[in-house]
Amino acid sequence: MKALNKIAIGILVVIVLASVFAPLITKYDPVKIDLDSIKISPNSKHLFGTDNKGRDIFSRVLYGGRFSISIAFIAAIFSLSIGLAVGLLSGYYGKKIDMVIMMFVDLVLSFPSLLLAIGISVIFPSGIFTVVIAITAVGWASFARLIRGHVLSLKEQPFIEAARSIGCSDIRIILVHLLPNCLPLSFVFLGLKLGGYLLTESALSFLGLGVQPPMPTWGSIISLNRIYISSAPWTIVFAGLAIVLTVMCFNIIGDALRDRLDYASPGCRV
Amino acid sequence: MSITFITFALIKALPGDPVLSLVGERANPETIERIKKQIGSDKDFLSQFLGYVGLLLKGELGRSHYTQRDVAKDIMEKFPNTIELAFGAMVIAVPFGIMLGFISAIYRGRFFDRLASIIAVGGISLPVFWIGLILMYFFSLYLKWLPPSGTGDIRFIILPAITLSLPAAASIARVARTTMLDIVEQPFIKTAKAKGLKNRDILFKHILKNALIPLITLIGLDFGSYLNGAVLTETIFGWDGIGRFMMEGIIKRDYPVVMGCLLVGTSAFVLINIAVDMIYHYLDPRVRINESAK
Repeated sequence: MKALNKIAIGILVVIVLASVFAPLITKYDPVKIDLDSIKISPNSKHLFGTDNKGRDIFSRVLYGGRFSISIAFIAAIFSLSIGLAVGLLSGYYGKKIDMVIMMFVDLVLSFPSLLLAIGISVIFPSGIFTVVIAITAVGWASFARLIRGHVLSLKEQPFIEAARSIGCSDIRIILVHLLPNCLPLSFVFLGLKLGGYLLTESALSFLGLGVQPPMPTWGSIISLNRIYISSAPWTIVFAGLAIVLTVMCFNIIGDALRDRLDYASPGCRV
Repeated sequence: MSITFITFALIKALPGDPVLSLVGERANPETIERIKKQIGSDKDFLSQFLGYVGLLLKGELGRSHYTQRDVAKDIMEKFPNTIELAFGAMVIAVPFGIMLGFISAIYRGRFFDRLASIIAVGGISLPVFWIGLILMYFFSLYLKWLPPSGTGDIRFIILPAITLSLPAAASIARVARTTMLDIVEQPFIKTAKAKGLKNRDILFKHILKNALIPLITLIGLDFGSYLNGAVLTETIFGWDGIGRFMMEGIIKRDYPVVMGCLLVGTSAFVLINIAVDMIYHYLDPRVRINESAK
Protein backbone atom coordinates (compact mmCIF):
# COMPACT_ATOMS: atom_id res chain seq x y z
CA MET A 1 0.00 0.00 0.00
CA LYS A 2 3.01 2.30 0.04
CA ALA A 3 2.22 3.53 -3.46
CA LEU A 4 -1.22 4.61 -2.32
CA ASN A 5 0.24 6.64 0.55
CA LYS A 6 2.59 8.40 -1.82
CA ILE A 7 -0.26 9.17 -4.19
CA ALA A 8 -2.31 10.55 -1.28
CA ILE A 9 0.53 12.79 -0.13
CA GLY A 10 1.09 13.92 -3.71
CA ILE A 11 -2.57 14.81 -4.29
CA LEU A 12 -2.76 16.61 -0.97
CA VAL A 13 0.35 18.67 -1.75
CA VAL A 14 -1.12 19.60 -5.13
CA ILE A 15 -4.44 20.64 -3.57
CA VAL A 16 -2.78 22.71 -0.84
CA LEU A 17 -0.37 24.40 -3.25
CA ALA A 18 -3.16 25.09 -5.72
CA SER A 19 -5.19 26.81 -2.97
CA VAL A 20 -2.23 28.80 -1.68
CA PHE A 21 -1.19 29.97 -5.12
CA ALA A 22 -4.73 30.37 -6.42
CA PRO A 23 -4.16 33.88 -7.84
CA LEU A 24 -1.30 32.59 -10.00
CA ILE A 25 -3.29 29.65 -11.37
CA THR A 26 -6.57 31.26 -12.25
CA LYS A 27 -7.16 34.71 -13.68
CA TYR A 28 -10.81 34.82 -12.57
CA ASP A 29 -11.86 36.63 -9.39
CA PRO A 30 -13.80 34.16 -7.20
CA VAL A 31 -16.31 36.77 -6.02
CA LYS A 32 -16.68 39.00 -9.09
CA ILE A 33 -20.12 38.75 -10.63
CA ASP A 34 -20.19 38.47 -14.42
CA LEU A 35 -23.74 38.43 -15.70
CA ASP A 36 -22.63 37.82 -19.29
CA SER A 37 -21.48 34.29 -18.50
CA ILE A 38 -24.13 32.71 -16.32
CA LYS A 39 -24.25 28.93 -15.82
CA ILE A 40 -21.78 28.01 -18.55
CA SER A 41 -21.03 24.30 -18.53
CA PRO A 42 -17.38 23.24 -18.14
CA ASN A 43 -15.23 24.17 -21.15
CA SER A 44 -11.64 25.12 -21.91
CA LYS A 45 -12.12 28.70 -20.68
CA HIS A 46 -14.05 27.87 -17.51
CA LEU A 47 -12.61 24.52 -16.46
CA PHE A 48 -15.39 23.72 -13.96
CA GLY A 49 -18.04 25.97 -15.55
CA THR A 50 -19.67 29.01 -13.95
CA ASP A 51 -22.48 29.49 -11.44
CA ASN A 52 -25.73 31.44 -11.53
CA LYS A 53 -23.88 34.74 -11.08
CA GLY A 54 -21.28 33.96 -13.73
CA ARG A 55 -18.50 33.30 -11.22
CA ASP A 56 -15.86 30.83 -12.31
CA ILE A 57 -16.29 27.62 -10.26
CA PHE A 58 -12.66 26.56 -10.72
CA SER A 59 -11.36 29.69 -9.06
CA ARG A 60 -14.06 29.52 -6.38
CA VAL A 61 -12.99 25.95 -5.56
CA LEU A 62 -9.33 27.00 -5.40
CA TYR A 63 -10.01 29.98 -3.16
CA GLY A 64 -12.53 27.97 -1.14
CA GLY A 65 -9.80 25.47 -0.35
CA ARG A 66 -7.87 28.21 1.46
CA PHE A 67 -10.65 28.61 4.01
CA SER A 68 -11.71 24.98 4.27
CA ILE A 69 -8.23 23.51 4.72
CA SER A 70 -6.85 26.23 6.97
CA ILE A 71 -9.91 26.12 9.24
CA ALA A 72 -9.54 22.35 9.58
CA PHE A 73 -5.84 22.75 10.44
CA ILE A 74 -6.28 25.56 12.95
CA ALA A 75 -9.17 23.74 14.64
CA ALA A 76 -7.09 20.56 14.79
CA ILE A 77 -4.16 22.37 16.41
CA PHE A 78 -6.44 24.09 18.94
CA SER A 79 -8.16 20.79 19.77
CA LEU A 80 -4.80 19.09 20.13
CA SER A 81 -3.38 21.77 22.44
CA ILE A 82 -6.44 21.88 24.69
CA GLY A 83 -6.75 18.11 24.66
CA LEU A 84 -3.06 17.69 25.53
CA ALA A 85 -3.22 20.16 28.41
CA VAL A 86 -6.42 18.71 29.86
CA GLY A 87 -5.38 15.10 29.29
CA LEU A 88 -1.95 15.60 30.90
CA LEU A 89 -3.40 17.30 33.97
CA SER A 90 -6.20 14.81 34.34
CA GLY A 91 -4.02 11.77 33.81
CA TYR A 92 -1.10 12.94 35.95
CA TYR A 93 -2.96 14.27 38.97
CA GLY A 94 -5.73 11.68 38.92
CA LYS A 95 -8.24 11.43 41.77
CA LYS A 96 -10.75 14.26 42.07
CA ILE A 97 -9.33 16.46 39.31
CA ASP A 98 -9.44 13.50 36.98
CA MET A 99 -12.99 12.62 37.97
CA VAL A 100 -14.34 16.13 37.42
CA ILE A 101 -12.49 16.63 34.14
CA MET A 102 -13.51 13.28 32.75
CA MET A 103 -17.13 13.88 33.69
CA PHE A 104 -17.01 17.06 31.65
CA VAL A 105 -15.28 15.28 28.76
CA ASP A 106 -17.93 12.55 28.76
CA LEU A 107 -20.61 15.21 28.78
CA VAL A 108 -19.17 16.86 25.67
CA LEU A 109 -18.77 13.50 23.94
CA SER A 110 -22.33 12.48 24.75
CA PHE A 111 -23.81 15.35 22.75
CA PRO A 112 -24.52 14.76 19.08
CA SER A 113 -21.35 16.47 17.80
CA LEU A 114 -22.69 18.20 14.70
CA LEU A 115 -25.62 19.63 16.66
CA LEU A 116 -23.24 20.91 19.34
CA ALA A 117 -21.14 22.59 16.66
CA ILE A 118 -24.28 24.10 15.15
CA GLY A 119 -25.34 25.36 18.56
CA ILE A 120 -21.99 27.05 19.14
CA SER A 121 -21.80 28.65 15.72
CA VAL A 122 -25.25 30.14 16.26
CA ILE A 123 -24.15 31.89 19.46
CA PHE A 124 -21.18 33.77 18.03
CA PRO A 125 -21.18 36.11 15.05
CA SER A 126 -20.35 34.05 11.99
CA GLY A 127 -16.82 34.07 10.63
CA ILE A 128 -13.65 32.00 10.49
CA PHE A 129 -13.06 32.07 14.24
CA THR A 130 -16.56 30.97 15.10
CA VAL A 131 -16.14 27.91 12.92
CA VAL A 132 -12.78 27.18 14.54
CA ILE A 133 -14.31 27.56 18.01
CA ALA A 134 -17.25 25.32 17.10
CA ILE A 135 -15.04 22.53 15.76
CA THR A 136 -12.58 22.85 18.65
CA ALA A 137 -15.36 22.78 21.24
CA VAL A 138 -16.42 19.40 19.92
CA GLY A 139 -12.97 18.08 19.05
CA TRP A 140 -10.82 18.64 22.15
CA ALA A 141 -12.68 16.08 24.24
CA SER A 142 -11.61 12.99 22.31
CA PHE A 143 -7.98 14.20 22.36
CA ALA A 144 -8.20 14.73 26.12
CA ARG A 145 -9.57 11.24 26.65
CA LEU A 146 -6.88 9.64 24.50
CA ILE A 147 -3.99 11.55 26.11
CA ARG A 148 -5.30 10.88 29.60
CA GLY A 149 -5.38 7.14 28.94
CA HIS A 150 -1.85 7.27 27.58
CA VAL A 151 -0.58 9.29 30.56
CA LEU A 152 -2.16 6.81 32.97
CA SER A 153 -0.03 4.03 31.51
CA LEU A 154 3.13 6.20 31.17
CA LYS A 155 2.89 7.32 34.78
CA GLU A 156 3.55 3.80 36.03
CA GLN A 157 6.76 3.40 34.05
CA PRO A 158 10.17 3.38 35.79
CA PHE A 159 11.48 6.55 34.16
CA ILE A 160 8.73 8.63 35.74
CA GLU A 161 9.41 7.05 39.11
CA ALA A 162 13.11 7.78 38.59
CA ALA A 163 12.35 11.40 37.73
CA ARG A 164 10.26 11.73 40.84
CA SER A 165 12.89 10.13 43.05
CA ILE A 166 15.56 12.59 41.98
CA GLY A 167 13.21 15.37 42.99
CA CYS A 168 11.73 16.65 39.74
CA SER A 169 8.76 18.94 40.26
CA ASP A 170 5.33 17.95 38.92
CA ILE A 171 5.55 20.63 36.24
CA ARG A 172 8.92 19.37 35.10
CA ILE A 173 7.70 15.79 34.94
CA ILE A 174 4.67 16.80 32.92
CA LEU A 175 6.49 19.10 30.50
CA VAL A 176 9.82 17.34 30.09
CA HIS A 177 8.95 13.68 30.57
CA LEU A 178 5.29 13.10 29.81
CA LEU A 179 4.60 15.64 27.08
CA PRO A 180 7.29 14.48 24.61
CA ASN A 181 6.11 10.90 25.05
CA CYS A 182 2.55 11.90 24.20
CA LEU A 183 3.48 13.75 21.02
CA PRO A 184 3.80 10.84 18.55
CA LEU A 185 0.41 9.49 19.54
CA SER A 186 -1.10 12.97 19.32
CA PHE A 187 0.16 13.55 15.82
CA VAL A 188 -1.19 10.22 14.61
CA PHE A 189 -4.55 11.03 16.11
CA LEU A 190 -4.37 14.49 14.56
CA GLY A 191 -3.88 12.86 11.16
CA LEU A 192 -6.87 10.60 11.73
CA LYS A 193 -9.05 13.53 12.82
CA LEU A 194 -8.21 16.17 10.20
CA GLY A 195 -10.53 14.67 7.62
CA GLY A 196 -13.40 14.72 10.09
CA TYR A 197 -12.77 18.38 10.92
CA LEU A 198 -12.81 19.29 7.26
CA LEU A 199 -16.14 17.46 6.90
CA THR A 200 -17.56 19.32 9.92
CA GLU A 201 -16.38 22.63 8.51
CA SER A 202 -17.98 21.95 5.15
CA ALA A 203 -21.19 20.76 6.82
CA LEU A 204 -21.37 23.99 8.85
CA SER A 205 -20.81 26.17 5.83
CA PHE A 206 -23.30 24.06 3.89
CA LEU A 207 -25.86 24.92 6.57
CA GLY A 208 -24.94 28.61 6.20
CA LEU A 209 -23.16 28.80 9.56
CA GLY A 210 -19.56 29.02 8.35
CA VAL A 211 -17.58 31.70 6.59
CA GLN A 212 -20.14 34.07 5.09
CA PRO A 213 -20.69 34.70 1.36
CA PRO A 214 -19.48 36.07 -0.98
CA MET A 215 -16.21 34.43 0.13
CA PRO A 216 -16.36 30.82 -1.03
CA THR A 217 -15.76 27.67 0.99
CA TRP A 218 -16.31 24.21 -0.40
CA GLY A 219 -19.43 23.71 1.70
CA SER A 220 -20.98 27.04 0.80
CA ILE A 221 -20.35 26.58 -2.93
CA ILE A 222 -22.48 23.42 -2.73
CA SER A 223 -25.13 25.02 -0.58
CA LEU A 224 -25.51 28.16 -2.72
CA ASN A 225 -25.88 26.15 -5.91
CA ARG A 226 -28.20 23.51 -4.50
CA ILE A 227 -31.27 25.07 -6.09
CA TYR A 228 -29.66 25.04 -9.53
CA ILE A 229 -28.87 21.35 -9.34
CA SER A 230 -31.11 20.41 -12.27
CA SER A 231 -29.97 23.18 -14.63
CA ALA A 232 -26.29 23.38 -13.62
CA PRO A 233 -25.15 20.22 -11.79
CA TRP A 234 -21.46 21.00 -12.41
CA THR A 235 -21.69 23.84 -9.90
CA ILE A 236 -21.88 21.39 -7.02
CA VAL A 237 -19.99 18.40 -8.42
CA PHE A 238 -16.49 19.87 -8.33
CA ALA A 239 -16.59 21.45 -4.88
CA GLY A 240 -17.80 18.10 -3.53
CA LEU A 241 -15.05 16.22 -5.34
CA ALA A 242 -12.53 18.60 -3.79
CA ILE A 243 -13.87 17.76 -0.32
CA VAL A 244 -13.89 14.00 -0.94
CA LEU A 245 -10.40 13.98 -2.41
CA THR A 246 -8.87 16.08 0.37
CA VAL A 247 -10.58 14.18 3.19
CA MET A 248 -9.61 10.88 1.57
CA CYS A 249 -5.96 11.94 1.44
CA PHE A 250 -6.08 13.00 5.11
CA ASN A 251 -7.62 9.66 6.06
CA ILE A 252 -5.17 7.56 4.04
CA ILE A 253 -2.20 9.45 5.51
CA GLY A 254 -3.70 9.17 9.00
CA ASP A 255 -4.12 5.40 8.59
CA ALA A 256 -0.56 5.06 7.33
CA LEU A 257 0.79 7.03 10.30
CA ARG A 258 -1.16 4.85 12.70
CA ASP A 259 0.14 1.66 11.13
CA ARG A 260 3.67 3.03 11.25
CA LEU A 261 3.36 3.83 14.95
CA ASP A 262 1.97 0.38 15.78
CA TYR A 263 4.84 -1.14 13.92
CA ALA A 264 7.47 1.07 15.49
CA SER A 265 6.18 1.17 19.04
CA PRO A 266 8.37 -1.59 20.57
CA GLY A 267 11.52 0.22 19.51
CA CYS A 268 10.69 3.81 20.29
CA ARG A 269 10.54 5.50 23.64
CA VAL A 270 6.79 5.21 24.17
CA MET B 1 -32.26 13.59 35.73
CA SER B 2 -28.68 14.80 35.88
CA ILE B 3 -28.66 15.00 32.08
CA THR B 4 -31.78 17.14 32.30
CA PHE B 5 -30.19 19.51 34.80
CA ILE B 6 -26.89 19.87 32.96
CA THR B 7 -28.40 20.42 29.53
CA PHE B 8 -30.93 22.82 30.99
CA ALA B 9 -28.20 24.80 32.74
CA LEU B 10 -26.01 24.84 29.63
CA ILE B 11 -28.79 26.00 27.37
CA LYS B 12 -29.80 28.76 29.77
CA ALA B 13 -26.19 29.80 30.25
CA LEU B 14 -25.75 30.44 26.54
CA PRO B 15 -25.78 34.06 25.51
CA GLY B 16 -28.60 35.20 23.28
CA ASP B 17 -32.06 36.15 24.41
CA PRO B 18 -34.90 34.00 23.04
CA VAL B 19 -37.31 36.90 23.42
CA LEU B 20 -35.18 39.19 21.27
CA SER B 21 -34.82 36.64 18.52
CA LEU B 22 -38.57 36.07 18.72
CA VAL B 23 -39.75 39.66 18.34
CA GLY B 24 -36.72 41.30 16.76
CA GLU B 25 -34.50 44.09 18.08
CA ARG B 26 -36.98 46.89 17.55
CA ALA B 27 -39.97 45.61 19.51
CA ASN B 28 -41.33 47.90 22.21
CA PRO B 29 -40.54 47.08 25.86
CA GLU B 30 -44.13 46.16 26.73
CA THR B 31 -44.28 43.41 24.13
CA ILE B 32 -40.96 42.05 25.40
CA GLU B 33 -42.26 42.03 28.98
CA ARG B 34 -45.47 40.27 27.95
CA ILE B 35 -43.64 37.55 26.04
CA LYS B 36 -41.12 37.11 28.84
CA LYS B 37 -44.03 36.39 31.20
CA GLN B 38 -45.58 34.06 28.69
CA ILE B 39 -42.50 31.85 28.25
CA GLY B 40 -41.48 32.30 31.89
CA SER B 41 -37.99 33.72 31.31
CA ASP B 42 -38.65 36.54 33.81
CA LYS B 43 -38.30 34.08 36.71
CA ASP B 44 -34.96 33.02 38.19
CA PHE B 45 -33.05 29.98 37.05
CA LEU B 46 -34.05 27.53 39.78
CA SER B 47 -37.77 28.10 39.51
CA GLN B 48 -37.53 27.80 35.71
CA PHE B 49 -35.77 24.48 36.13
CA LEU B 50 -38.22 23.18 38.72
CA GLY B 51 -41.08 24.25 36.47
CA TYR B 52 -39.56 22.24 33.64
CA VAL B 53 -39.09 19.15 35.81
CA GLY B 54 -42.70 19.49 36.91
CA LEU B 55 -43.74 19.44 33.25
CA LEU B 56 -41.58 16.36 32.62
CA LEU B 57 -43.19 14.52 35.53
CA LYS B 58 -46.56 15.19 33.95
CA GLY B 59 -45.18 13.69 30.75
CA GLU B 60 -45.00 17.00 28.91
CA LEU B 61 -42.14 18.88 27.27
CA GLY B 62 -43.61 22.35 27.25
CA ARG B 63 -44.61 24.47 24.29
CA SER B 64 -42.53 25.92 21.47
CA HIS B 65 -41.77 29.64 21.93
CA TYR B 66 -42.61 30.17 18.28
CA THR B 67 -45.51 28.05 17.21
CA GLN B 68 -47.02 27.55 20.68
CA ARG B 69 -47.40 23.91 19.68
CA ASP B 70 -46.91 21.12 22.18
CA VAL B 71 -43.29 19.99 21.82
CA ALA B 72 -44.04 16.44 23.01
CA LYS B 73 -46.71 16.08 20.33
CA ASP B 74 -44.39 17.40 17.60
CA ILE B 75 -41.65 15.02 18.66
CA MET B 76 -44.08 12.10 18.73
CA GLU B 77 -44.94 12.99 15.14
CA LYS B 78 -41.37 13.35 13.93
CA PHE B 79 -39.52 10.73 15.92
CA PRO B 80 -41.07 7.75 14.04
CA ASN B 81 -39.75 9.28 10.81
CA THR B 82 -36.27 9.49 12.30
CA ILE B 83 -36.47 5.88 13.51
CA GLU B 84 -37.66 4.79 10.08
CA LEU B 85 -34.75 6.53 8.36
CA ALA B 86 -32.17 5.23 10.86
CA PHE B 87 -33.55 1.73 10.45
CA GLY B 88 -33.58 1.96 6.67
CA ALA B 89 -29.97 3.15 6.64
CA MET B 90 -28.88 0.29 8.89
CA VAL B 91 -30.71 -2.32 6.80
CA ILE B 92 -28.52 -1.21 3.90
CA ALA B 93 -25.28 -0.47 5.77
CA VAL B 94 -24.95 -3.63 7.88
CA PRO B 95 -25.06 -6.38 5.22
CA PHE B 96 -23.05 -4.36 2.69
CA GLY B 97 -20.46 -3.25 5.20
CA ILE B 98 -19.96 -6.73 6.67
CA MET B 99 -19.81 -8.34 3.25
CA LEU B 100 -17.31 -5.85 1.90
CA GLY B 101 -15.14 -6.16 5.00
CA PHE B 102 -15.16 -9.93 5.04
CA ILE B 103 -14.52 -10.39 1.36
CA SER B 104 -11.57 -8.02 1.53
CA ALA B 105 -10.23 -9.90 4.56
CA ILE B 106 -10.51 -13.19 2.66
CA TYR B 107 -8.63 -11.75 -0.32
CA ARG B 108 -6.17 -9.97 1.95
CA GLY B 109 -3.47 -8.07 0.09
CA ARG B 110 -4.86 -8.92 -3.32
CA PHE B 111 -6.45 -6.64 -5.85
CA PHE B 112 -9.97 -6.87 -4.46
CA ASP B 113 -8.80 -6.04 -0.94
CA ARG B 114 -7.02 -2.93 -2.14
CA LEU B 115 -10.02 -1.83 -4.16
CA ALA B 116 -12.35 -2.42 -1.21
CA SER B 117 -10.04 -0.52 1.15
CA ILE B 118 -10.02 2.48 -1.16
CA ILE B 119 -13.81 2.32 -1.49
CA ALA B 120 -14.13 2.18 2.30
CA VAL B 121 -11.81 5.16 2.83
CA GLY B 122 -13.83 6.96 0.17
CA GLY B 123 -17.02 6.12 2.04
CA ILE B 124 -15.89 7.64 5.32
CA SER B 125 -14.60 10.68 3.45
CA LEU B 126 -17.90 11.53 1.79
CA PRO B 127 -19.71 14.68 2.83
CA VAL B 128 -23.26 13.31 3.18
CA PHE B 129 -24.89 16.52 1.99
CA TRP B 130 -22.96 16.33 -1.26
CA ILE B 131 -23.47 12.65 -2.05
CA GLY B 132 -27.13 13.11 -1.14
CA LEU B 133 -27.48 15.89 -3.72
CA ILE B 134 -25.61 13.88 -6.34
CA LEU B 135 -27.84 10.82 -5.77
CA MET B 136 -30.88 13.07 -5.89
CA TYR B 137 -29.75 14.58 -9.19
CA PHE B 138 -29.02 11.22 -10.76
CA PHE B 139 -31.99 9.15 -9.59
CA SER B 140 -34.77 11.70 -9.33
CA LEU B 141 -33.94 14.50 -11.71
CA TYR B 142 -32.03 12.64 -14.42
CA LEU B 143 -33.52 9.13 -14.37
CA LYS B 144 -36.78 10.23 -12.69
CA TRP B 145 -37.03 6.93 -10.82
CA LEU B 146 -37.51 8.22 -7.31
CA PRO B 147 -39.07 11.32 -5.72
CA PRO B 148 -36.42 13.95 -4.82
CA SER B 149 -37.67 14.85 -1.36
CA GLY B 150 -40.44 14.61 1.20
CA THR B 151 -41.86 12.00 3.54
CA GLY B 152 -44.28 9.36 2.33
CA ASP B 153 -44.36 5.80 1.02
CA ILE B 154 -41.41 3.45 0.60
CA ARG B 155 -40.04 5.21 -2.49
CA PHE B 156 -39.32 8.35 -0.48
CA ILE B 157 -37.03 6.61 1.98
CA ILE B 158 -34.69 4.92 -0.51
CA LEU B 159 -32.44 7.87 -1.37
CA PRO B 160 -32.05 9.32 2.14
CA ALA B 161 -31.45 5.83 3.54
CA ILE B 162 -28.72 5.12 0.98
CA THR B 163 -27.13 8.51 1.64
CA LEU B 164 -27.09 7.97 5.38
CA SER B 165 -25.89 4.39 5.07
CA LEU B 166 -22.75 5.08 3.01
CA PRO B 167 -20.43 6.36 5.76
CA ALA B 168 -21.78 3.72 8.19
CA ALA B 169 -21.26 0.91 5.66
CA ALA B 170 -17.71 2.09 5.05
CA SER B 171 -16.78 2.20 8.72
CA ILE B 172 -18.43 -1.20 9.32
CA ALA B 173 -16.41 -2.62 6.42
CA ARG B 174 -13.15 -1.30 7.87
CA VAL B 175 -13.85 -2.71 11.33
CA ALA B 176 -15.11 -6.01 9.88
CA ARG B 177 -11.89 -6.43 7.91
CA THR B 178 -9.50 -5.79 10.81
CA THR B 179 -11.54 -7.88 13.27
CA MET B 180 -11.66 -10.80 10.92
CA LEU B 181 -7.93 -10.63 10.28
CA ASP B 182 -7.37 -10.58 14.05
CA ILE B 183 -9.57 -13.61 14.60
CA VAL B 184 -7.93 -15.66 11.87
CA GLU B 185 -4.65 -15.39 13.80
CA GLN B 186 -6.20 -16.85 16.96
CA PRO B 187 -5.29 -20.40 18.03
CA PHE B 188 -8.89 -21.66 18.02
CA ILE B 189 -9.07 -21.18 14.27
CA LYS B 190 -5.97 -23.36 13.91
CA THR B 191 -7.67 -25.97 16.10
CA ALA B 192 -10.77 -25.83 13.95
CA LYS B 193 -8.64 -26.30 10.83
CA ALA B 194 -6.72 -29.15 12.47
CA LYS B 195 -9.97 -30.85 13.34
CA GLY B 196 -10.67 -30.85 9.62
CA LEU B 197 -13.67 -28.55 9.64
CA LYS B 198 -14.80 -27.27 6.29
CA ASN B 199 -13.78 -23.74 5.44
CA ARG B 200 -17.40 -22.70 5.26
CA ASP B 201 -18.10 -23.95 8.76
CA ILE B 202 -15.04 -22.19 10.13
CA LEU B 203 -16.09 -18.96 8.47
CA PHE B 204 -19.68 -18.94 9.68
CA LYS B 205 -19.48 -20.69 13.05
CA HIS B 206 -16.14 -19.48 14.35
CA ILE B 207 -15.11 -16.32 12.59
CA LEU B 208 -18.41 -14.60 11.95
CA LYS B 209 -19.78 -15.22 15.41
CA ASN B 210 -16.67 -13.83 17.09
CA ALA B 211 -16.46 -10.88 14.76
CA LEU B 212 -20.01 -9.84 15.54
CA ILE B 213 -19.14 -8.45 18.97
CA PRO B 214 -17.07 -5.41 17.98
CA LEU B 215 -19.32 -4.91 14.98
CA ILE B 216 -22.43 -4.73 17.14
CA THR B 217 -20.81 -2.06 19.30
CA LEU B 218 -20.16 0.03 16.21
CA ILE B 219 -23.60 -0.58 14.74
CA GLY B 220 -25.21 0.33 18.05
CA LEU B 221 -23.27 3.60 18.24
CA ASP B 222 -24.15 4.52 14.66
CA PHE B 223 -27.79 3.65 15.12
CA GLY B 224 -27.91 5.63 18.34
CA SER B 225 -26.42 8.69 16.70
CA TYR B 226 -28.90 8.46 13.82
CA LEU B 227 -31.72 8.45 16.34
CA ASN B 228 -30.44 11.83 17.48
CA GLY B 229 -31.34 12.96 14.02
CA ALA B 230 -29.35 12.98 10.83
CA VAL B 231 -29.39 16.75 10.42
CA LEU B 232 -27.78 16.95 6.99
CA THR B 233 -29.64 14.08 5.35
CA GLU B 234 -32.95 15.28 6.75
CA THR B 235 -32.27 18.82 5.53
CA ILE B 236 -31.44 17.80 1.98
CA PHE B 237 -34.29 15.39 1.47
CA GLY B 238 -36.87 17.42 3.36
CA TRP B 239 -37.28 14.49 5.74
CA ASP B 240 -39.51 15.49 8.63
CA GLY B 241 -37.40 14.06 11.48
CA ILE B 242 -36.14 15.35 14.81
CA GLY B 243 -32.68 16.28 13.50
CA ARG B 244 -34.06 19.07 11.35
CA PHE B 245 -36.59 20.00 14.04
CA MET B 246 -33.82 20.38 16.58
CA MET B 247 -31.55 22.34 14.26
CA GLU B 248 -34.33 24.82 13.57
CA GLY B 249 -34.88 25.00 17.31
CA ILE B 250 -31.21 25.79 17.88
CA ILE B 251 -31.11 28.49 15.23
CA LYS B 252 -34.29 30.16 16.52
CA ARG B 253 -33.29 29.64 20.18
CA ASP B 254 -36.51 27.76 20.74
CA TYR B 255 -35.34 26.20 24.00
CA PRO B 256 -38.27 23.87 24.76
CA VAL B 257 -37.80 22.28 21.34
CA VAL B 258 -34.02 21.84 21.81
CA MET B 259 -34.47 20.44 25.32
CA GLY B 260 -37.19 18.04 24.21
CA CYS B 261 -35.20 16.72 21.25
CA LEU B 262 -32.05 16.33 23.35
CA LEU B 263 -33.92 14.42 26.04
CA VAL B 264 -35.61 12.07 23.60
CA GLY B 265 -32.39 11.61 21.61
CA THR B 266 -30.18 10.87 24.61
CA SER B 267 -32.77 8.50 26.09
CA ALA B 268 -32.89 6.63 22.79
CA PHE B 269 -29.09 6.50 22.77
CA VAL B 270 -29.00 5.04 26.29
CA LEU B 271 -31.70 2.50 25.43
CA ILE B 272 -29.75 1.35 22.37
CA ASN B 273 -26.65 0.90 24.51
CA ILE B 274 -28.59 -1.23 26.98
CA ALA B 275 -29.91 -3.29 24.07
CA VAL B 276 -26.34 -3.74 22.79
CA ASP B 277 -25.25 -4.97 26.23
CA MET B 278 -28.09 -7.48 26.19
CA ILE B 279 -27.04 -8.71 22.78
CA TYR B 280 -23.47 -9.24 24.06
CA HIS B 281 -24.92 -11.29 26.83
CA TYR B 282 -26.67 -13.47 24.34
CA LEU B 283 -23.81 -13.72 21.85
CA ASP B 284 -20.80 -14.14 24.08
CA PRO B 285 -20.83 -16.84 26.75
CA ARG B 286 -17.73 -15.26 28.30
CA VAL B 287 -19.74 -12.20 29.33
CA ARG B 288 -22.32 -14.46 31.01
CA ILE B 289 -19.69 -16.46 32.87
CA ASN B 290 -17.94 -13.33 34.14
CA GLU B 291 -21.20 -11.99 35.47
CA SER B 292 -22.21 -15.17 37.30
CA ALA B 293 -18.72 -15.41 38.79
CA LYS B 294 -19.29 -12.05 40.44
